[in-house]
Amino acid sequence: MAHIKIDENLPGIRGLMHFRPETAQPMNDLAEVLLRSENSLSRGERELIATYVSSLNDCFFCQHAHGGIAQHYLQCDVAFIDQVKDDYRNSGISDKLKALLVIAGSVQKGGKHVTQEQVDQARKLGATDREIHDTVLISAIFCMFNRYVDGLGTSAPSDRNFYINRGKQRAEEGYAHYDPKN
Amino acid sequence: MSYIPLEEHLPGITGLLEYSRETAEPIRELTQILMRGPSTLSEGERELIATVVSSGNGCVFCTTAHTAATNTYYDDPSLCEMAKKDIDSTPLDEKMKALLHVARLTGMGGKQVSTEAIDRAKKHGATDLEIHDTVLIAALFCLYNRYVDGLATHLPKDASYYQELADRLNKNGYVRIPEAYEQLKQKKTKPNS
Repeated sequence: MAHIKIDENLPGIRGLMHFRPETAQPMNDLAEVLLRSENSLSRGERELIATYVSSLNDCFFCQHAHGGIAQHYLQCDVAFIDQVKDDYRNSGISDKLKALLVIAGSVQKGGKHVTQEQVDQARKLGATDREIHDTVLISAIFCMFNRYVDGLGTSAPSDRNFYINRGKQRAEEGYAHYDPKN
Repeated sequence: MSYIPLEEHLPGITGLLEYSRETAEPIRELTQILMRGPSTLSEGERELIATVVSSGNGCVFCTTAHTAATNTYYDDPSLCEMAKKDIDSTPLDEKMKALLHVARLTGMGGKQVSTEAIDRAKKHGATDLEIHDTVLIAALFCLYNRYVDGLATHLPKDASYYQELADRLNKNGYVRIPEAYEQLKQKKTKPNS
């Protein structure tokens, strides 16, 4: 049971977005522009950053929802997503993305944890200013989403397949016109 | 030095919001609805929530800016100082104290928000919408604090900047006022004005 009265048939952020559509719209607009608009980081890479940060924040709903979307974009299996969360340094992602995940992980702990060395390392591996900016902002935004979802005590289905099955739909429809009831 | 090139005359969040206008727009809109939209929480109370969370996250720019913004609503500036240090000894009503605890817990992590903290707020009359907005304001400032410090933005050179910003936030809210940015740019080119 969530801490406030929401439609319990709508898990995670969906019940909250249904509860307060006024605040849902700019959050979805933000997700759309940051995670899906034209960018030198692929949609799959950006969803991986979101998944990794949500897993660090131990937010079950967000890490599996965005893991499912990442899985669809990257056309990978669930084991790959799990490896990125558990041990990305030994996963098959690019060295640049590894360096960006270091930054994302520091942001999750707190903004001041990001160091000049981490930023220099990402740049050395080809990261642009825009990519560094977007990585920090994606991590920061998921620190918001994760707190919103867990801070209000929402429920989340435990079956991983629920999220994997929905990942395709979300990837195809995007966030801008997100209907929490659907 | 910030980690990415930002306009020198725009400290803290202001440089980031100009660097990335496409993401700034929905962030501003969300903030405007939460902080200035219709609510049973006053604008001052909502600024206080933002201040307590920013202080808990150790973000100097956001804490100083929102302390100044809070103080545009309260006669006694010691109230905000006290709330940052010890919520329960602050002369606020019981509902507001309970909501500030919910906000502070949210800042520490979503799972830190306990049923006890929520029940305390409800017992003192907090509505579901007030609890919702308190958690979301706290979560939103966790975003801002990480954005501002994660890219190592610089602090304003002159502390009077915060008072000007606070007055602007009180008067205009969080929507982008192009003239405000133009004024800042003109100031930059005329250092003695």
